[in-house]
This record gives sequence, C-alpha cells and structure tokens, in this order.
Amino acid sequence: MIDILNAITLLANYIIVPSLAYGSQLALGALGITLVYAVLRFSNFAHGEMMSFGTMISIFTIWLFQSVGISIHPLPTALLALPVSIMITIMLLLILDRTVFRYYQAQRVQPVTFMIVSVGVMFFLAGFIRFFIGTSKKNFADGERFIIKASEFKQITGLAEGVSIRTTQAITVIVTLVLVTAVFWFLNKTRTGKSMRAFSDNEDLALLSGIKPERVIIITWMLVGALAAVAGTLYGLDKGYKPFVYLQLVLPIFAAAIVGGVGNPIGAVIGGYVIAFSEAFITFAYKRFFTYLLPEEWAPEGLVQILSTEYKFAVSFVLLVIVLLVRPTGLFRGKTL
Amino acid sequence: MTFFEGIGMHAGYGASMILNGCSISVEKGQIAVIVGPNGAGKSTAMKALFGMLPLREGSVFSDGRDITQLRPEQRVLLGMGYVPQTNNVFPSMTVLENLEMGGFVRCDDLSQTISEMFELFPILKTKQHQAAGELSGGQRQQVAVARAMMTKPNILMLDEPTAGVSPIVMDELFDRIIDIADTGVAILMVEQNAKQALQIADIGYVLVQGENKFKDAGTALLNNPEVRQAFLGG
Repeated sequence: MIDILNAITLLANYIIVPSLAYGSQLALGALGITLVYAVLRFSNFAHGEMMSFGTMISIFTIWLFQSVGISIHPLPTALLALPVSIMITIMLLLILDRTVFRYYQAQRVQPVTFMIVSVGVMFFLAGFIRFFIGTSKKNFADGERFIIKASEFKQITGLAEGVSIRTTQAITVIVTLVLVTAVFWFLNKTRTGKSMRAFSDNEDLALLSGIKPERVIIITWMLVGALAAVAGTLYGLDKGYKPFVYLQLVLPIFAAAIVGGVGNPIGAVIGGYVIAFSEAFITFAYKRFFTYLLPEEWAPEGLVQILSTEYKFAVSFVLLVIVLLVRPTGLFRGKTL
Repeated sequence: MTFFEGIGMHAGYGASMILNGCSISVEKGQIAVIVGPNGAGKSTAMKALFGMLPLREGSVFSDGRDITQLRPEQRVLLGMGYVPQTNNVFPSMTVLENLEMGGFVRCDDLSQTISEMFELFPILKTKQHQAAGELSGGQRQQVAVARAMMTKPNILMLDEPTAGVSPIVMDELFDRIIDIADTGVAILMVEQNAKQALQIADIGYVLVQGENKFKDAGTALLNNPEVRQAFLGG
C-alpha cells in the first residue's frame, strides 16, 4: 500500500506538477496563435518572440520596482509587472499591425506569404530584444520559492517520496485558469467577442452584418498581446529567461495549437496540456516507479525511459504527425473560433 | 415614385460585361422575382443592386434616394437586407448568436425582434442553442433569412433561397416569404425554381444576357406561351 502511494507521489512530483505548469504556458501560447489563425488567417511564427518581448518588459519593470523597493513578498514581483508588460506588448503588436500586417491584409496576400512575413517579424523582434536585454540568462523569480518542499512533504506524510510545489508553478496554473476563463467569457458572452467569432466564421457575412474588420483585428491583437505577455512571463518565471529559448518554444506551441485543432480556442488549451503531459510521460525514467510497484526480484535494471529528455521536442512533433495523419482537423474541429 | 429600383444597370467582371442595361424595381409589400437561364446575370444583378459590384452605368434608388455609391454595409443601415446564395450563416455559432450578429448594427434591445423571428420560424426557437452549421439545409436557409431580417429591413433581397432544399421545404419557405412581404417589406429574389416562384410573384423579370427580356405580373408570365416555351420548359 505504502509503495503504491510512493509511486503516485513520484509521478506527481516529476510529471503531474511540472506538466501542469508547462502545459499552462503552452496553452496560453497556443491560444494566442490560434486566435491569430482564426481571425487573421495566418500562422504567426513571430508569436514566440512576442512572448519574449513581453517577458523582457516584465523583467525591466521588475528591476524598476526592485530598485525603488516595491514588492509583494511572498509573491514574485512579476505579478505586479504583468499589467505593465501586457500594456506595452499590446502597444508593440498594434504598431506591428499598423506598419506591417495591415499592408499585407490590404493586398489580400496568400496565407503562405503572410506566414513568411511573420517569420520576418520574428527575426526582427529577436534582434530587437537581444539589443536591449542581451543573450544571457536572467532569473527574475523572487519572493517565496516553494509552497511546499519535498522534504516538508515527506515529513508530513511519512512517505519516502515527496512532492514539491514551487510558487511559480502554482501561480502559472492559477493565472492561466483566470486568463483562459476570461478569454472564453469574452469570446462567448460579449458582443465584441461574438463579432470576432462571426468574423472568423464567415468574413463576408460579417461585413454584410456591419461588423467592422479593423475593429475585430485590433481587438484580436490586444487579446494576443495580453496572452503573449502573460505566457512569456510565466514561462520565464518558471524556467528562467533566455531569449534563445523562446525561438524553440514556438515549436511545441504550434504543435499544441495544431493537435488541438488550429483556430479552435478550446482545442489550443487542451492541446497545450496534451503536449506537455506526453513530453513528460515519454521522457520520464520509470525505474524508481517500477521499483515501488513490482516485487523486488522484478525490479528493472535500466532507467526504463522511453526516450531521453533531449528528445522532448521530438515527442511533440511525433504527436503532431500522428494527429495530422489520423485526424487532420485536430482533436477538436479546427478552423473556427 | 418606385420604392426601390435599379435603372439601366451595366456591370461586369473585368472585360466581360454581365449586365447590359437591365432595370429592376419593386414596391413595398411586393414580391419581385428574377428568373432566367443560367448565366443571364441574375445573381450579378442582385450583387449590383446591393453594391457588392460597382455599376459602370445606371443607378440604384431606394425610397427616392440615390444609393449607387454606397457600400453594402451602408445600405444595411438604410434598411436593406441581403441573403447570399451560399455561406449565408455563421456555421460554428448558435442560431441565437446568428440572429444577434444579424442585428449587430442595432444598438437597441434585440429580444423583441428575435422573438418575432422565432414566431415566424418556430423551428428556430427549438434549435436556438444549436450551431447553425449542424442544421439541415432548409433550417439553415431559415436562419439566413431570419439573420437578414434582424435589422428590420424594408427591402429584403434573397439570392436563390430554395437552392438545394426539398420541395416541401421550398413551399414552406415561400409561405414565410409571403408572410414577410405582408408586413410591408419589399422582396426581391432570384430563383431557379421559376414556376413556383412566379406563382407567388407580384412582378416577374425574365433576364436574358443581362437585359430585361420580359417584365410582367408573375401569373401573366406563367401564362405567356413564349416565356413558357423558352424558360419554363413548356
């Protein structure tokens, strides 16, 4: 009995808690990509750098707050910086819309052209960000580090295994829950949100109904800016900020959006968790897990790891390929908002 | 003074002219039906009347006002409703949301008009929380008509409202269209089912190569041997 509990605790500590946090970050990112796809109809490869930009603004704001002694200990200052970061990221996206994207919209270019434009924006932003904050790793998590440490957990429960929950992980999950709920409420209950869905569903009919495309597009960029700033900051808070990482991060985020059904917000959120959990389940070394569950003489000798952790990204792509082969529209029907 | 009319309309795509001086008019409470062979420019005439295709010559008047230069969304504000032939609903949105989007330009309370629409199309009331894309062809057409009616238009334009629905549903739809006309709305529609449509038409137009070939009361056209021979299959 105690062995089963130990095995479950082990999984909770190494898979469930980290994947919930990582999945939340992917979900927020994928939601942003899916919104752009549904309304503006292109794959926004610059989304990772938009997240990176939001994180950079958060870091600058945190430094500013720290230098004047503003803090909300035991919570990380990042929470206080989020509103500032959201505002400035939204401003950046609106400027990009004005100067770059609107031009191509007016030309009614092919989605693939639009995608390449977004790659250009991605490289521009990547350079722009490094120009200001450099390439080195920045840790900006402050406040209390743990909600519960593994040693404390062991002490309380008397188990051999412990679950540690970091403050940043809990904050990530809670903020994601709040933000995702807010976005869904906005899309399904408000007039403006419904007009966004209508525009995504049938652009011509939306025009005939008097829905103004410019307005829908501006609202979309505002939502995407908020999502990108929060997703980026939460990821950086959890794992440390390094500009290069956000270039890689766009890959599992795209996988999440497509696995869930691109253009479908619910799909994007579920997709985020599907990717995070499968990465963790497939790259976890199950040796200790089986040692707890199996009789001593059956205990495995190797690590019992399906793939080593270096193949983390490969997992999301294998999943992506499987979904595209078996169910090309994604788990949830895609292409609608 | 005619309530709504397009006079001497010339329009086309690129080098090819589709409309060569056709004129269409309809009075309040009347049903006008445009019939004609494939490629005669029926749908093009509707698009031209609604401002989705610029006129090269001719003009469009509504209630005595020249609206030739207005964009479609501006014409919606002036009380024109348009039901396109295809893609005429928001498929992933519920029936109720489709109606709400139809009345998007209105700032007042929509609930009165929505319940009127549910009275006109009772089936929509029972399906109001279902996605429009999941409905049958006939029900979807009803959603499309109801959506266009949400702005309380005084001219309703329908581009082949009965395309792809069963004969029973077609009769039902025509009955509803008569109901709408009885409330004083001017109705202008293009129809493939020419015989049935002309039966309910106060005025019928036979369009050939972008020009008015015949214009008469619906029943008169039905009884006109030449029209019967050439366009109604005997």
